[in-house]
Formats: sequence, C-alpha cells, structure tokens
Amino acid sequence: MKALSINNLSKTYGNGFKALEQISLDVEQGDFFALLGPNGAGKSTTIGVVTSLITKTSGTVNVFDTDLDENAELAKSYIGLVPQEFNFNGFEQVKHILITQAGYYGMPASDAEPRANELLKQLGLWEKRHTPSRALSGGMKRRLMIARALVHKPKLLILDEPTAGVDIELRRSMWTFLRRINKEGTTIILTTHYLEEAENLCRNIAIIDKGEIVENTDMKSLLNRLDKETFVLDLKYPLLQTIELYGLDYHHVDDTTIEVELSRGDSLNSIFELLSKHGVEVVSMKNKVNRLEELFLNLVETTEQAS
Amino acid sequence: MNQTRRQRHWIAFSTLVTREIRRFFRIWPQTILPPAITMTLYFIIFGNLIGSRIGEMGGFSYMEYIVPGIIMMAVINNAYSNVASSFFSAKFQNHIEELIVAPIPNYLILAGYVAGGTARGLCVGVIVTLVSLFFTHLPIEHIAITISMVILSAILFALGGFINAIYARSFDEISLVPTFILTPLTYLGGVFYSISLLPEFWQNVSLLNPILYMVNAFRFGMLGVSDIPVVAAFSIILLFIVLLTSFALYLLNKGTGLRN
Repeated sequence: MKALSINNLSKTYGNGFKALEQISLDVEQGDFFALLGPNGAGKSTTIGVVTSLITKTSGTVNVFDTDLDENAELAKSYIGLVPQEFNFNGFEQVKHILITQAGYYGMPASDAEPRANELLKQLGLWEKRHTPSRALSGGMKRRLMIARALVHKPKLLILDEPTAGVDIELRRSMWTFLRRINKEGTTIILTTHYLEEAENLCRNIAIIDKGEIVENTDMKSLLNRLDKETFVLDLKYPLLQTIELYGLDYHHVDDTTIEVELSRGDSLNSIFELLSKHGVEVVSMKNKVNRLEELFLNLVETTEQAS
Repeated sequence: MNQTRRQRHWIAFSTLVTREIRRFFRIWPQTILPPAITMTLYFIIFGNLIGSRIGEMGGFSYMEYIVPGIIMMAVINNAYSNVASSFFSAKFQNHIEELIVAPIPNYLILAGYVAGGTARGLCVGVIVTLVSLFFTHLPIEHIAITISMVILSAILFALGGFINAIYARSFDEISLVPTFILTPLTYLGGVFYSISLLPEFWQNVSLLNPILYMVNAFRFGMLGVSDIPVVAAFSIILLFIVLLTSFALYLLNKGTGLRN
C-alpha cells in the first residue's frame, strides 16, 4: 500500500509564483523517504499541501488510499507533522501541548496521558514536562515537535528539516530514534539540507527543483550511478603534453593539476603505474566531492541548464 | 481509534474549549481582574456618586437601572476580546497549525473558540454581578430571558472577535474594532440611560445599534423594563448569530488569513 500518493500536484501562489508544477510522487508504506531540493525548490510547499497548511491549485493527494479532498478527516488522522519552524504556544506547558494535540485527534485523556508520558521519557523531556515551551532550549523544542507529531500514533510521519540548527550529538540521537520508529512501522518522509542525513537514513529519494521532481528512485540505485570517482592529483612538475593513460579519463585543471576518473572497483595503483611510466610524479591526491552531494548538484545544475 | 466520529469530535471540541478556558485563567490578572475593577469603578462613580443625584430611571434607582447594562457590557467586551486575542495569538505564534493539520472540522474549531470566549464573558459577568450585589439589590424578573440573553450576546460577540482575528495582521488590528466600534456602540446602547430621554430622531438612530437590544432585553430579564420589544431583541441577535457564523465558516473554509 502507498502511504502517500501525489498526482499532478500544482501550486501557484497569489503573486503568480509557481511553486509546484504537476509533480507526482509515491511513497510506500514503511518507507524512509527523503525529499531533497535547494531552498525554494518546493519541498515545504509539497509538505504544506499534504498536511493541509497550503491550499493546492490542482492535483490529488492520497494518504493510505484516502483522498485528502474527499475524506480530509481520515487522511489527516494518518499524518504527524514536524514543521520546519517552532509552532507551539510558548506559554503552554510541555505536557499540556502533547495532551492537547492528542485531544485534537480524538484521543481520550485516559490514553493521551500515558502516551504523552511515554514520549516525554523517550525524547528526554520528562524533567521539563511542567515547563512552558518557550523556556526550552532549541534542541528540546525540536524534540517536543517530534513528540507532538507522534502523540496520536500517526502511520505517516513527515519531518520538514527536523535537524536544522541541531548539534551533531542531538542529530545522531534523533537519527537513532527515527530509525527505531521506522523499524516499528511508521512511514517517514524527511526533507533535509544535510545530504549525509538522507544518505544515512533513507531508502528512497526524490529530488525536487524549481517545483518539479527531477529524480525519484531508491537511494542505492542513485548512489550506484556514481560508478566513477574523480581524483584530483597535484603534480610535482607541469604536465604540458597530453599523455596516454590507457582507458583512464583525465583532464587538465591547470599545468600541475589533473583530474582522473576511476571506475568503481579499479585499483588506484593503476593510476600511479601509468603516470610513472610517463615520468609524472604525484605530490598529493584527494577525492573530489562525491556521492549524494555530487549527484544532487548535477541534477540541480542539469535542470538549471534545461530551463 | 475505536471511537465513533462523534466521540472523536466531542473530545476535540472539549480539548479546545478546555485549552481556551485554561488560557484565560492562566492569565487572570489580564483577563478576569481588570474588568472586575473597571466595573466596580462604574458602580462607585456612576451608580453611587452620580446616580444618587440623578434619582430614578424607569421606576428603579439609577444604580439598579445601570447594573444590567454594566454586566452586559463586561460580558460583550470579554467574549469579544478573548476570542480575538486568543485566535490572533494562535496565528501569530503559528500554533494555529496544530488545529489546521488535525482532523477537526472547521465548524468545531469555530465552536471551540466561541465557547471559550463565551465562557470568559460569562465568568466575568458572574464576577461583575457578584460585585454589584455590594451596591444594590438585584431582582431577576425573568430568569430564562436573563440567562438566554447573556449567553446569546456572548456568543454573538465571540463570533465577532473570531472574524476580527481572522482578518487581523497585527495586535493593533485586534484592538481597532473594540476601541472604535464596540466601545462607542456600548456607551450609546442604553447602558447608562433610557433612550426615551433622547429626542425622537436620536431614539430612531439608537434603534440601529444592536447592543441596545441586548442591553434592554437583559434589563427586561432582570428588572422587567425595556425600551424595545424583547422578541425583537431575540430575533435580531439570532439573525446576527446566523449571519456571523456563516461568514466565519466561509472564511475558515476558504482559509482566509490562515492558509496560503
């Protein structure tokens, strides 16, 4: 079953800005899905439409086979949202925020109280349960937003840049927590600027740019496309002529720097052997930025050129 | 979720109302205390000091005559400002998103806020009534009319506060209506005088003021005297409630001021 199915979704804002143009996207139940894109690409608009915070211009959204237009109540009950910005009442106590949110989803107080306690303990907020939310640290506020999104036991958790501005230690502990709830059955959709985060956590990925999906595949296939790695070699002496490196692609960056592309699985020794044969001495070598970041930039640049 | 839809709706509604009531009790020095003090001053100054020189009005002492109007004024102002400030704060702090993403129909969001505003209006109304007992005897001639009129008035002005908050883009804009419309209409709505004292032209102009109907119908419930027919008052208030409810729901469904 699809946890989320978006078809031909478009959104044009009142000022004429087209934030989304006919995007379609499927997320399977149980998936850990990344939605990536540069600033202003349409990630938050997509999430806004799915969570009813933004009115769409056209298209359909189905959550666990429930059309958001036809049965909004049921569709909304499946979703938990962790928004990008803090959005709770700063004067309300932490525990009240959770119990109130549970109530909005029709959860009786007898169930909401133990559920709130459980989440407060799991997310390290138990000691702060009677504290007004405005007095929490930034990291605690992030965790409170996760707790609030989970209090009604949603089947689909959507996190809009949940680790923005969070220190490394907290980010890692949030990853562990999210992996666990995903393993327990919650489908997770994540938008992030940290590509390392998407690579570490997510099984499937969509890349959105200028309101269009430019890539939608599984993380493994995407990364496998990086069957070539590029190494930057600094040479001791200028290399002024073209040399034959027998099957290896290379190009000059400047007189003393070349970039060599190596297929995955090829030995690095082959580079040095071939270069030695031509009397070329290598002073240092580094791996050019690669993996998801490189793919991401390639995809985004491609769409820029196309437009 | 094993409950029926109706049970879930009831839980959501009561959660919202509880949150609203908890909010105005949490900040009671801003919400409960000031109207109690202000109205006490009205009783002392207008009722005791000035009223003793005015004499009777409508067959009652001036203090007795103004008490229903002052209670109604407190109810109207507090019902209005509670919803206006609470809903606008929710927009301002973005925690209105908690409600928008939740499976709550718009009519329940409206009902929850209006119930919260009505609760504060009635709470302040009870306090002002108790304070008034220190100054005068308070007969209640028609209890059903008294109670229903005060509740309907609170609902009507809570709806007004809700619509104000939907359109408001700053805290200044939620104080514009109370300052420039609500307060003048209240003062000219027969709280402190009977419109029979006015020239005929101004009597007719006063009939365009909806607050006049509320104050007089409430006064009729308490004292048994009114400048206007009570049936007309109920009809007008019910009509306004229907109109404002429809308009507020239209704005909510459209997402005005809430959704892009």
